[in-house]
Amino acid sequence: MTLALEVTGLTYCFGQKRALDEVSFAVERTSFTALLGPNGAGKTTFFSLATRLFDAPAGTIRIFGRDVTRHPGEALARLGVVFQDPTLDLDLSVVQNLRYAAALHGLKPRLAAERIERELARFGLFEQRHQKARRLNGGHRRRIEIARALMHEPALLLLDEPTVGLDTPTRSQLVALVHQLCHEEGIAVLWTTHLVDELNDEGDRVVLLQRGRVQAQGTVPEVLAAAGAADLHSIFGPAPALLP
Amino acid sequence: MTWLICLKAIVWRELLRFLNQPSRLISALVRPLIWLLVFAAGFRAALGLAIAPPYDTYIPYGVYVVPGLVGMVQLFNAMQSSLSMVYDREMGSMRLLLTSPLPRWYLISCKLLAGIVVSVVQVYAFLAVAWLCGDDAPPLGYVTVLPALIANGVMLGALGLLLSSLIRQLENFAGVMNFVVFPLFFLSTALYPLWKIREGSEIVADICALNPFTYGVEMIRFGLYGQWNGLATLVVLTVGPLLLAGAILGYSPSRGLIRRKAA
Repeated sequence: MTLALEVTGLTYCFGQKRALDEVSFAVERTSFTALLGPNGAGKTTFFSLATRLFDAPAGTIRIFGRDVTRHPGEALARLGVVFQDPTLDLDLSVVQNLRYAAALHGLKPRLAAERIERELARFGLFEQRHQKARRLNGGHRRRIEIARALMHEPALLLLDEPTVGLDTPTRSQLVALVHQLCHEEGIAVLWTTHLVDELNDEGDRVVLLQRGRVQAQGTVPEVLAAAGAADLHSIFGPAPALLP
Repeated sequence: MTWLICLKAIVWRELLRFLNQPSRLISALVRPLIWLLVFAAGFRAALGLAIAPPYDTYIPYGVYVVPGLVGMVQLFNAMQSSLSMVYDREMGSMRLLLTSPLPRWYLISCKLLAGIVVSVVQVYAFLAVAWLCGDDAPPLGYVTVLPALIANGVMLGALGLLLSSLIRQLENFAGVMNFVVFPLFFLSTALYPLWKIREGSEIVADICALNPFTYGVEMIRFGLYGQWNGLATLVVLTVGPLLLAGAILGYSPSRGLIRRKAA
């Protein structure tokens, strides 16, 4: 069966610095996979390549069998994206933001209106639908961004550290929500994070990325065994001292 | 159909953002109106203008300068769009556009078209005020100038897009004003005719004659009087697509410079 995401030998350099080094991993259909790595591991660089903000000189990224570089239209059509930085247009209302995203994927207005209603109901944002994004709190903005990524019913959802800047209860809610989407809607999820408490030990798969290389991948116990760590909290090794 | 829906959405968003920011329209009008009402009053006495096409009689400086100020509205709107692109890229909202499944060249062209629509709205608002202030362009001229506005909008908008792909940080934008906008505007026929500049300096006049913005202004000037300037049209229709090609290259995922900021 075709994989939702298949990354093979992906390498990318910024000048002399190798941000990604022969990265290979896969995300299976309807699975929740966490791309786990500390700051500077190369997660956001990978994200930029997977969403084709720029092309990699070496290696391939396939989304449901479609090469992102060779067939970007077909690959990106099946991809929903939630960026690390907030990307809502703050001067537009919630509905206007969603309508814009739907149109970028070519959804006809009537279909877009149906999807907007469905997603607003799913994310409990119906009352805020006419508010400008600027007036919403961080948690609500994130929900809208996830709703926006679902407008064209993607089969693979990429989320780049989506909980950055959110309080603990909101983080937990978002993690649970996306797990629910994965299990109930059958959407494959790649969730990049450096926060190990966002993982579900029982069902999630993990790709451990450090200094641009995949150190281990598999289920949580498999990754712990490969990394020689007792638990996920110690998987990155001791933190560097902040003070001399 | 998908392409058209996307185009409409990008234009709609740009118009909505424009309408949500009344200060943008006001500032777009105030700048040329200061030239029209204040500077033109001062220059009127200092500058004598001979009869030259497209005018068939002696004209006051206030009439001469209107097409140049239309060009100014379009130039500043293009730079505003460019600034907005750099801001969107820095803030991340540009990424949403670039991850649409439609081809990158098409998305950039849609962005360009959206900027032109906004600039044409601004120009007609300015022309309405200029008419109230005594500009005597023929009524039909307000229609015949439209193709010139679109062609000039393509050229200037594409320049703005190209610049936005080259600028690495928002802070660098001040340099664009100093090294691109001001030379383009002042070294053109927007404020004075070429023959008048030549009386003062041959070199400056030659530079003005090489400036594509000069031809954009002249195309507007002739269009506003229901006439057609072949050389101006040729230059604008050549330079515009070249700049657009450069902008598309600048945003290309394989060769573009967006990668510097994107990661």
